[in-house]
Amino acid sequence: MKRLSGFYLLSLVALILPQIFPDNYYLTVVGVFAALHIILAVGLNLLMGYCGQISLGHAAFFGLGAYSSAILTTRYQLDPWLAMISGMVLVFIIANLIARPILKLKGHYLAMATLGFGIIVHIIFVQTEALSGGPDGLGDIPTLSIAGWAVDSDIRWYYVTTISALGSILLSLNLIASRSGRAIRAVHGSEFAAQMMGINSNKTKVMVFVFAAVLASFAGSLFAYQQNFVSPDSFSFFFSIELVTMVVLGGMASTYGAVFGAILLTFLPELLIVFEDYEMLVYGAILMLVMIFMPQGLFISLGHQLTQLKKNYWPNKKPAGDQQ
Amino acid sequence: MNLLRVKHLEKSFGGVSAISNLSFDLPKGIVFSVIGPNGAGKTTLFNMLCGFYTPDQGSIIFKKENAEYDKEVMYHSLHNMATHQIAACGISRSFQNLQIFFNMTALENVMVGCHLQSSSRFLPSLLRLPSVIKEEQRVKQQALNALAFCHLDHLANEMADSLAYGDLKRLEIARALASKPQLLMLDEPAAGLNDTETQQMSHLIRKICASGVTVLLVEHNMELVMTSSDQILVLNFGHLLAQGTPDEIQNNPVVVKAYLGEDI
Repeated sequence: MKRLSGFYLLSLVALILPQIFPDNYYLTVVGVFAALHIILAVGLNLLMGYCGQISLGHAAFFGLGAYSSAILTTRYQLDPWLAMISGMVLVFIIANLIARPILKLKGHYLAMATLGFGIIVHIIFVQTEALSGGPDGLGDIPTLSIAGWAVDSDIRWYYVTTISALGSILLSLNLIASRSGRAIRAVHGSEFAAQMMGINSNKTKVMVFVFAAVLASFAGSLFAYQQNFVSPDSFSFFFSIELVTMVVLGGMASTYGAVFGAILLTFLPELLIVFEDYEMLVYGAILMLVMIFMPQGLFISLGHQLTQLKKNYWPNKKPAGDQQ
Repeated sequence: MNLLRVKHLEKSFGGVSAISNLSFDLPKGIVFSVIGPNGAGKTTLFNMLCGFYTPDQGSIIFKKENAEYDKEVMYHSLHNMATHQIAACGISRSFQNLQIFFNMTALENVMVGCHLQSSSRFLPSLLRLPSVIKEEQRVKQQALNALAFCHLDHLANEMADSLAYGDLKRLEIARALASKPQLLMLDEPAAGLNDTETQQMSHLIRKICASGVTVLLVEHNMELVMTSSDQILVLNFGHLLAQGTPDEIQNNPVVVKAYLGEDI
């Protein structure tokens, strides 16, 4: 099937790599973070890239998922899976409650409101010491086990997170090629015209927002089990911004763009360690240069340039503008 | 049989009265044009009909599909309905300033128009269940038919932002038609088109009417209005000035005066 050929290729690479490099640090340790970031970025891309609604508080849902899992398993001895599902239900309810008023706002105002939400949730993590452990965080979180198979090594976590990330990519690809996906993109294109076509634009926005939030909560729970420890620092405003950067840098309104952005921004700091003290400087410079010269995002711009190269080298194969 | 009945409609912005005490009936199955000088209230009327503005006073009622008897109970009251609910009653429109989904192909634009003709929900779409795949194919075929109806089938897979202006005008109509409306409102479909394109637009409008869709047309191009309309309503400063067939309107001294000034 042509629609999913990219997805199959990606899955193949992601699942074969650990066979070739079984103990590679970048693959089994950084790769796990990349996979979690992919889940977050793919969800946020549905909201930002496809639906055109900005959120500067996405880390809050990631944190709510992580803390739900951490608190329910350590303080209430709940099964990790049940804790994960409870977290997703909680986030579903919270996201529904805040999305209805918040998504009536547009542009800067929406950015401010989501930013405020993210900060409030972060403060709650810090202040509710009795429950969350406060700034010191919460440790001794049990790991997941799948039918007796405990996810207790780096390589096992690689497989669990990678398969989860691939699942979220597949869901996103399916959604975008459907009636709901077109409604989401139509709201971005022209909200008035979308309404005139019978689309309830408020409901559509809330649906995407809630779905992205629940996906983030799922990633948060995986994060908590994988780290065995959570602290508020992981869910601060800066992480929300990093997620937005992944989506924008990779390329808005492209699922693979979000995947690409998530992988790049996870690995870039690791690779820039060679610059030592100047690491953040180079990091910032790379982000700026990409946005100046490739405002559409890396994935989309590189895609265009590849097509252009192809046209230049094989001009006869596919004459420009002669497709129809 | 009347499709739409507007009674004592009033709308003002600040102190300016855009529509005052407007009443008219729109018969089913015809091309009904609303004309008037700039600022006459045509676009305000359109925006009230599709729920973008709420009328200050008056009522708009719209015949329910399959309603056989001309009774009030058979009508939707469009007052206080949201735009997407009005669309679900069977009203669709094109826009004076294009409202194309430029982030999609022409085909996808029209497939959005099929929103009300399909029912796949969010969760089944995520999982792409067999019912979703089946509906996708049906919707795609429907959209292709609507494109072909507006002579755009050769551009189906082009991105909307690469289409020419005249094609975009027809794409909006194709998208509106894909929702299978009872009433299609066209807001200046010929604005910015050349003579040939205007003639094609006139043919298209007659073809839409012949296919059973009632057309409500706002247009400045008098040639288009006179050749394609069955009935014309003339607005001036929010008041109804005259109503009648193209011949009657053309020979109505009040209309001629309002439009062209005293001397002619």
